[in-house]
Amino acid sequence: MLLIEDLQVELEGKVLLKDIHLEILPGETHILFGPNGSGKTSLLMTIMGYPQYAVKRGKITFKGVDITHAPIDERARLGIGMSYQRPPTINGLKLRQMIDICAKKHADAEEMAKSLNFFDFLERDVNAGFSGGEIKRSELLQLKAQNPDLMLFDEPESGVDIENMALIGKTIAQLLQKAPVKDGSKSMLQTRQDRTRMGLVITHTGYILDYVPADKGQVLYEGILACAGNPREIFQCIAISGYEECLKCNL
Amino acid sequence: MQPLEDIEGKAKAAADKKAPFGEDLDLGKYDRSFVPHKYLAEEEICALPEMERRLLLMSGLDVTGRGRGGTFFQKDTTVVHCRSLQEGIEVLPIKESLKKYDWIKDYFWKLVPVDQDKYTASAALELHDGYVIRALPGSKSIYPIQACLYIDKENLQQNVHNLIIAEEGSELHVITGCTTSPKMKRGVHVGISEFFIKKNAKLSFTMIHNWAEEMAVRPRSVAMVEEGGLFVNNYICMRPVRSIQMYPVTHLVGEDSTAMFYSIVVGTPGSNFDIGGRIFLKKPGCRAEIIQRAISNGAYVMNRGHLIGEAPDIKAHLECKGLLLKGGVIDSIPQLSAHVEGVDMSHEAAVGKVAREEIYYLMSRGLSEQESISTIVRGFLSVDIKGLPPMLKAEIDKAIDASDKDAF
Repeated sequence: MLLIEDLQVELEGKVLLKDIHLEILPGETHILFGPNGSGKTSLLMTIMGYPQYAVKRGKITFKGVDITHAPIDERARLGIGMSYQRPPTINGLKLRQMIDICAKKHADAEEMAKSLNFFDFLERDVNAGFSGGEIKRSELLQLKAQNPDLMLFDEPESGVDIENMALIGKTIAQLLQKAPVKDGSKSMLQTRQDRTRMGLVITHTGYILDYVPADKGQVLYEGILACAGNPREIFQCIAISGYEECLKCNL
Repeated sequence: MQPLEDIEGKAKAAADKKAPFGEDLDLGKYDRSFVPHKYLAEEEICALPEMERRLLLMSGLDVTGRGRGGTFFQKDTTVVHCRSLQEGIEVLPIKESLKKYDWIKDYFWKLVPVDQDKYTASAALELHDGYVIRALPGSKSIYPIQACLYIDKENLQQNVHNLIIAEEGSELHVITGCTTSPKMKRGVHVGISEFFIKKNAKLSFTMIHNWAEEMAVRPRSVAMVEEGGLFVNNYICMRPVRSIQMYPVTHLVGEDSTAMFYSIVVGTPGSNFDIGGRIFLKKPGCRAEIIQRAISNGAYVMNRGHLIGEAPDIKAHLECKGLLLKGGVIDSIPQLSAHVEGVDMSHEAAVGKVAREEIYYLMSRGLSEQESISTIVRGFLSVDIKGLPPMLKAEIDKAIDASDKDAF
């Protein structure tokens, strides 16, 4: 379980997140909505442990461990992973090597890359000259290899063409154990109940909702978690009234 | 052919001539007298103490000769082993060759000016030995030829002269290691190398330096590449050294000839590197590339590079990247000279430190901070060297691996 209590975060002296309370139970996937600059990426970076995001108040607990001030690698080892929107290029490090790093050499990089239609990129330097859509596939590939318990997705659909959207959506659903699996030995209900993977997905377009049956939607507005509810309902609401609607609740 | 007396006369006149770059060395402080060593038979070379064998291996010399097409091994001033295992490839000591073969004189001091500076002069006046490696027309070296210049005697100035000749249509790969015995600290290595790459020949020359902390090194090398020829020149130095100054020059004199220089340097505290490379592109269709990677852990590193386009339809690129890990200074001077229209020349230079963003990215994939930094640094150093057989590429990776732990 991820539990965020009363969290206040600053970046270079500026308050970005205020009074955040968020709880993601094992097996749950949450969707994070919000206008540009509302603090969505900052929340993900704070959960991942980027030190420039200074926690001024509150607490982050993961699997019962207080990780509020833990370094990034400790969180990664504890089971938190992230799919970045704009990851840096690592010159000279091949994607194949990166997959080995993520999986601690326990994954078949080629098989995995094939599943994401990304085989031809294994010998390329990580993210070097990748297009928007290629970055997303590369990120998913790395996350798949890392296989963390809590997966943070920062706009996994941005820059992805229509052709690859289904691939991305289905892969995320699989990663989060949200894809329908027919397993003869277990009932589908049992499969759902056995789900442990947690997800937090930032989306602007809402496309991801077509593939991932999310459990809860949250709206982040000016650093405050303004609204929570059924993700599709929230998305519809935003589509009709825009984020202006949030003002009604927060002022 | 210039008579040997002329060489001597010119050398004498330049005996005190300082080099334009790098620290000036007082050669009077070093010993150049001959050090006799027994010639080692194959079994004997394999029976060297393990410590020594390991040192040699780090410089690319495998005493077993496994995966090698031939071996040249010079200890101090004396050749202790020399043989070729491949038909069509000759490996000879230069002093013996000068006596035996007249054709050597067509190459000896033909490219490097004997009066360039006091180091070339010293090598001409007091030559110890060196190698001649020649691939006969059309022959292909399946395995690289290994050459090792080893210094064991404290305070020695080792003067060597090497000739590397790839005859028409041949393919030759040479890996040269320069190293010192573990007990040895102070000395000078002066190495003259002249490369002749004839029509449609290919030569890859990889030099790995593993020196002692108080060593000063002054290589002087010039190459000439004829029509359709390819010269790949790799240089790796990742161990502590006092001072290295070199500025190898290549003349692309034939149409469609190519030269590629790659250098990887890791400078430890107190080291002083002045490393350059100059390529003249003299005929249409010539290609040249200089790729430099330098890491400073508290060293002074000067990277120079100069591409000179003298004919249309040439293409040349210079890439010079430096990384400051633990202080020190990196200077980078890339230079392009275009003498005619229709040249395509570019350069790229960057000096910086390891980006935090990259470190965090790798940490979020489960690596510790230190592991992340090493991974980024390894990536920085892993240059895609073209034109190398896979075996030699593996050899270079091995050299980087071996010094990885100490270097960063």
